[in-house]
Amino acid sequence: MQITLDVNGESRTAEVDEDTPLLWVLRENFGLTGTKFGCGVAACGACTVHVNGTAVRSCSVPASSMQGMAIRTIEGLAPKEQPHPLQAAWIAHQVPQCGYCQSGMIMAAAALIARNPQPSDAEISAEVTNICRCGTYERVRRAIHSVAQVEKEGGAP
Amino acid sequence: MNKWTRRTVLATGGLVGGGLALGVAGIAFAPNRLRVTPDGREGTPQLTTWVKIGADNTVSVVVPHCEMGTGVHTALAMMCAEELEADWNQVRIEEAPGTDDYANGYLVRVFVPPVASVPKYMERGIDFWTFKLTEMMDLQVTGGSSAVRGTGHLGMRVAGAAAKAMLIEAAANQWKVPAAECTAKLSRVTHGGSGRSLTYGELAPQAALLTPPVHPALKPRDEYTIVGRATPRIDIPSKVNGSAIYGVDVTLPQMLYATIAASPVHGAKLVSVDTAPAEALPGVKKVVKLDNAVAVVADGYWRALKGVRALAPKFEDTGMGSETSDTIYSAIGAAIDKEKGDKVVASGKGANALQGAAQVVAAEYRVPFLAHATMEPMNATARIADGRCEVWTGVQDPLGARKVAAEAAGLKPEQVTIHNQQLGGGFGRRLPGVMDFVDQAVRIARQTAPAPVKLIWSREEDIQHDFYRPAVVGRYQAALAENGVPQAWVAKFNIKDDAARLPYAIEHQDIRAVAAPTHVRLGAWRSVAHTQHGFFTESFVDELAHAAGKDPLQYRRDLLSHAPRHLAVLDKAAEMAGWSTPAAAGRARGIALVESFGSIVAEVAEVEIVEGRVKVHRVCAAVDCGDVINPDTATAQVEGGIIFGLSAALFNEVTIDAGRVAQTNFHDLPMPKLADAPSISVEFIRSGATLGGLGEPGVPPVAPAIANAVFALTGKRVRSLPVRV
Repeated sequence: MQITLDVNGESRTAEVDEDTPLLWVLRENFGLTGTKFGCGVAACGACTVHVNGTAVRSCSVPASSMQGMAIRTIEGLAPKEQPHPLQAAWIAHQVPQCGYCQSGMIMAAAALIARNPQPSDAEISAEVTNICRCGTYERVRRAIHSVAQVEKEGGAP
Repeated sequence: MNKWTRRTVLATGGLVGGGLALGVAGIAFAPNRLRVTPDGREGTPQLTTWVKIGADNTVSVVVPHCEMGTGVHTALAMMCAEELEADWNQVRIEEAPGTDDYANGYLVRVFVPPVASVPKYMERGIDFWTFKLTEMMDLQVTGGSSAVRGTGHLGMRVAGAAAKAMLIEAAANQWKVPAAECTAKLSRVTHGGSGRSLTYGELAPQAALLTPPVHPALKPRDEYTIVGRATPRIDIPSKVNGSAIYGVDVTLPQMLYATIAASPVHGAKLVSVDTAPAEALPGVKKVVKLDNAVAVVADGYWRALKGVRALAPKFEDTGMGSETSDTIYSAIGAAIDKEKGDKVVASGKGANALQGAAQVVAAEYRVPFLAHATMEPMNATARIADGRCEVWTGVQDPLGARKVAAEAAGLKPEQVTIHNQQLGGGFGRRLPGVMDFVDQAVRIARQTAPAPVKLIWSREEDIQHDFYRPAVVGRYQAALAENGVPQAWVAKFNIKDDAARLPYAIEHQDIRAVAAPTHVRLGAWRSVAHTQHGFFTESFVDELAHAAGKDPLQYRRDLLSHAPRHLAVLDKAAEMAGWSTPAAAGRARGIALVESFGSIVAEVAEVEIVEGRVKVHRVCAAVDCGDVINPDTATAQVEGGIIFGLSAALFNEVTIDAGRVAQTNFHDLPMPKLADAPSISVEFIRSGATLGGLGEPGVPPVAPAIANAVFALTGKRVRSLPVRV
């Protein structure tokens, strides 16, 4: 079937099966490979994107059900010249190791702080449940808090 | 002749036979270069194999290692740039192509006797004990925590120093002044007397015509300006905006997609498969039968996956279909009962010293199979066209991948090009000898040629067809004197490895390994045999301390008076954790010490039981790896190692049922997440000792430190992993 999706503010069409997960349409039809395949069962979060601002694991939702919704991927999180505060914090805290899970990790964290700019440790733990095998968790937490701190102090990100 | 070929290495006295001296071989080797003329990229003279300098004064360091998140590209470039006196802001990094010229034999030399023996997983398809220099020459491995201490220390520093000497010589020649009057700094050579100066970019074409010095002078540590300072990793910016390209992201024109199902019981061959159900599905192009697997090729991964799921392949009955974890553990136990075992260590009176001891302590430990579960599932993209084979993948040994691909394609290695990509995790899963995904992709590509095909494994395939950390059973006995001091240490386990050697001074030792083969595929899992032996040794020594009624830290200290570096890391970790003060109510601490890959690491874990599960609040790690190249990256490696060790200590267990791996995905092979991550403190002791590795040594002490803490808290000794309370 032909579907039309709103991805990073652009309208894009693809010919896919009704059950094709959003992940594969993003990666294979649209070439947006920043969104990663990790498990296929919504257990690891590597494929996390935003749908209408909410973090969604794109491996487990059919693309055909996402028509008419605003989909945002890591490539569309922020303009290249002006990275999202979390992306800057990720560099400042040297968070990624292999980096494979980090697109999803950043998207999950971005959805969290958009809704809750000052998350507590418990809220971070509850909302960012992505798997990182390299073990970058403590730096992820630190980077999220550093962005929250900047917000709190009213400084520029 | 400026090229050090395999033949010249072999012809050089002292490199073969018993004379594999570490330093000499490294230095003689490093200033090699492929050619003295530009390397094909116009205007980029190549001064040594590892250094190119462009007319724009950029220095490109060619790194013969893959980047899997350890920061090795940056660290190695730092080591080269330091000696080269390069301006770090103008340094670029290139990953070396997977060709013989860029073999990284250096790293293996880290393991050459008498320093240490070559570990099993470092070699490819040859007998361990007949390992020869010729074989190591065609490795291009990243593993064994060896890049910095091997390639960096023996190669990159020397290459940088040699290139600097050549640039200075070129300047001196041009100015007709003695080289000694010229100095190099920030990618520029200056003549002190006249103040004349030229950039490296200006000097490089002439410098490249000079003969590289064999023994260039290296900088003393206290003159370092790059090494030892926290330097942002070059690979990180692309990893926060989705632009980093991993093997799975490679896209080629006309590319097809494939996924695969191999025999669930390892070692069984494909007998038959009715291909029609897959072929009837939209988008499916082909069903490919392989020796032990069936693959479906389609116009997208999802359709290929649906195709594979529609098939019901029949695999041969190898007689292993009734094996379970219990039968495997029983077989190991029986082998330990029956066999005398191969000697790992024998000293003093050995096991005889158990007789008549004041106290004998005995314990049996076991650890399960473990999967690597790299976040990027196994994948490779292959294209066979015009008599050549190209492969895009992310592996820990591109030269090894070339061999695998050549064999699968029926071509010579020279007809194969490996385009190595960033790795979404390695941990040993992408080492030589275990690149089945490359073999499969090439065999599938033979049937799609000339169209390229990208093979992506499902996570289920990844977890069920790993090369697992071996399940090991270890049986331990010790004799204690009246005062609690251990007199004898007797151990027997399956899988022979020097990781079972003790750091502790115990007079009578008898440490043996038995063979207990299994049909389950085995491989190297981050820190290899140290993960099992670190747990066994450090749990048992903790048991001895308690049997002796002594503090576990002090007990270890008393056995380490011969080992000041070990003592220093133990003391440092204890101090960081506040060992001498009681833990908060409901919590307890455990300590463990493991030397691996040339580094000594002590860790203290602080735990609590929360809702029937072990919660690790904090881990303090003290590390002596000699010196630290990029401090923040070094810290990150230990932090990551601790989380990896935590996965083995509390979360992961691969079990065998009906001959096959019972787990399928992250729901039944759970991983630690943010909520489970302890607060981690890492401190380095810069002892100045020979550089040790860092990718792995953070892992082994975690599980025993946690298990010992659980004992301190509950009084119940943990003798198998993962910990269940």
